[in-house]
Amino acid sequence: MMKSKHVLSILVENKPGVLSRVVGLISRRGFNIESLSVGPTEDVARSRITMVVTADPVAFEQITKQLNKLISVHKITDLTKGNAIERELALFKVDVTPERRNEIIEIANIFRANIVDVGHSSLTIEVTGDEAKIAGIEDLFRAYGIKDIVRTGLIAMSRNAKS
Amino acid sequence: MASQTEDRCRSAAVMGAPRGLGSKGPKQGCVMLGAQAIVAALEAEGVDVVFGYPGGQALRIYDALFDSTQITHVLARHEQGAVHMADGYARSSGKPGVVVVTSGPGATNTVTGIATAYMDSVPLVVITGQVPRAVIGTDSFQESDIVGITMPVVKHSFLLQSVDELASTFREAFHIAVTGRPGPVLIDVPSDVAGASMTFEYADEVNLPSYKPTYRGNARQIRAACELIAQAARPLLVVGGGVGISEATPELERLIELAGIPAVTTLMGKGALAASHPMNLGPVGMHGAKYSNLAITECDLIIAAGARFSDRVTGRVDEFAPNAKVIHIDIDPAEIGKILPCAVPIVGDLKGVLAALVERLEKAAFAPRTDAWLKRIEAWRERYPFYHPNVGDAPEEIVPELVMKELSAQLDPNASIVVTEVGQHQMWANQFIDRECPRSFLSSGGLGTMGFGFPAAIGAAVANPAKAVVCVAGDGSFQMNSQEMATAAINGIPVKVMVMDNRCLGMVRQWQRLFYGERYSSTLLAPNPDFVKLADAYGWQGERVEDPTLVPAAIARMLAAPGPYLLDVAISREQNVYPMVAPGDALGEVIGAIDVAVGAVRLNMPEAPRNAAPAADAEEGDDE
Repeated sequence: MMKSKHVLSILVENKPGVLSRVVGLISRRGFNIESLSVGPTEDVARSRITMVVTADPVAFEQITKQLNKLISVHKITDLTKGNAIERELALFKVDVTPERRNEIIEIANIFRANIVDVGHSSLTIEVTGDEAKIAGIEDLFRAYGIKDIVRTGLIAMSRNAKS
Repeated sequence: MASQTEDRCRSAAVMGAPRGLGSKGPKQGCVMLGAQAIVAALEAEGVDVVFGYPGGQALRIYDALFDSTQITHVLARHEQGAVHMADGYARSSGKPGVVVVTSGPGATNTVTGIATAYMDSVPLVVITGQVPRAVIGTDSFQESDIVGITMPVVKHSFLLQSVDELASTFREAFHIAVTGRPGPVLIDVPSDVAGASMTFEYADEVNLPSYKPTYRGNARQIRAACELIAQAARPLLVVGGGVGISEATPELERLIELAGIPAVTTLMGKGALAASHPMNLGPVGMHGAKYSNLAITECDLIIAAGARFSDRVTGRVDEFAPNAKVIHIDIDPAEIGKILPCAVPIVGDLKGVLAALVERLEKAAFAPRTDAWLKRIEAWRERYPFYHPNVGDAPEEIVPELVMKELSAQLDPNASIVVTEVGQHQMWANQFIDRECPRSFLSSGGLGTMGFGFPAAIGAAVANPAKAVVCVAGDGSFQMNSQEMATAAINGIPVKVMVMDNRCLGMVRQWQRLFYGERYSSTLLAPNPDFVKLADAYGWQGERVEDPTLVPAAIARMLAAPGPYLLDVAISREQNVYPMVAPGDALGEVIGAIDVAVGAVRLNMPEAPRNAAPAADAEEGDDE
């Protein structure tokens, strides 16, 4: 069966050990988590986990059903179907001599990214966007030499109803 | 709030309210220590017995237990034994089993017991002592992260952070353990929480917005299921453990009789439909009857009732029931579609779902048309019996199948509970001991835990003092928790243990014989201890029987004995469990079924070992 990527938004109890329950369940049933981000929500008693997993349809159904069985899990939403806003923040530390800094700044401007730190031979750029945008800027930076990448992991939110 | 219709659909056991006085108890509103509040909470839940083993971090709880007039404590000789006892108590009574142990090794010793209960959906509340909050995470003496260790094998767990949440935690733990698909719940109690002062305020309700099991089957799916039943010419029910848990036997019988549907039972489903019911074909799967497995292969509709299509039932999945559509009824949505594609999924409590199916079929004046199908099955049943006297067993040896038949005949099915260990004897017991009511056959089905049966039998006997409780054991399994003989003797628990003693790990040896070129690596247990002397040492009665003609009288003496009794039954290590479907084979490929049409011989018997080299698919960790 065809494996495909799924973005899961999991609303959970904001209690110690809950992340461990969720992640443990997924790993012991044989799935690899590609991206994970956790944060508080509008309700102090709840946190939201956004997770990207790749699975075939049967396995994906099983994983969501198993997650739903966890007492600490309130709600699971599959945000894969394109009807969601996806964002990720990445920091790039790029090798660059002072003479070529302008090229990097130009690229950053095109991607509406920010220069957040400058060194003698490197620049740090902050970029926010969906996966394609971050992959695009990463590709351009590769030509200069990337020292370090740090990514937050994907977060996603369903779009507002339009009708 | 649930509507009245929904309430009617629910069996009493799934409602999850306190079985005791709850908030109306005499201790409500009193100031006490956390440990006393734990005991008060257990009393509010109607707990009459706990199984356990004390230790440093559980001392305060034990001190409080000392004062309880409602709760009896059964002191096990090993924490694993205590959990299996609570499990046997729960399986045989339907009430949650309660365990109290200390931190560290006390807690880790419960893991196998908890995993056993988890796999078979048994409600337990396991209370573990923990080191004080201030030193958690410092590797202090007898500290273990038991919440972390047990996470994959509990339905839910709590680390008690303060006395403020003590009462609500216990209420939630009991509610979660018994509702929906039951399972074990663990509460880890730091000893300083047990020592803190608090006011005991117990609630009767729970506030668990993220936990709402579905009890009522979807009406559209029930209609679709009825349509499939109406279209089917060769329907078959697969009765699993869920029927007993849901107390759905009367509804199941009504469906069977109304729609003319025969049934097979999984190991966990045994007893949920009376063995004497003419439509009950009995065990299915790896060591099921050939006629049951033929019924699976030939049927055109499977109605799975609280069964989860374990690999021990299905054999090779892609050839399982090749002609059948599947209606799958389960309270756990994750079981539906996990193994087999399902035409009609029904998530709900079996009792209500089966009643709804019956009601709908009755309204439609449904008339079964399964006569031809039932006749075919009956012909198979006559042709391929489980056992036949002419099969050629040596007359001077005790035949395990006949021992089981004899025990079955001597037990009053409505006043007895049979508990098994894990291995060959377990399969023979499943094949030959007739059970007429739910909760009268207890066996570790999912995890296959050797060492489960004997302590579980003690727990069952505690819950059912008026019933005869017999543990059918192997000499391997029994030795895994034989220390609990002390528990039975000291507490006057009149449990009977019948050891099918072949001086080896019979089931593993059988696999070595069939799949590993007769290389009997580490399966010989001889010389065993003298089990009769062991019985004597613990203050039990006991005897060994080696002559087949003396077996019936020996079983009678065992059952008549007033106290605990061990009967050591000598059987040959060459005895194997048949029929058998080899692991990874389809249910149609049966080894060793008896065919009376050709003179009661076993068919497809392996002449020589089937494979000289270890079969890849045999690497399944069967440690029977």
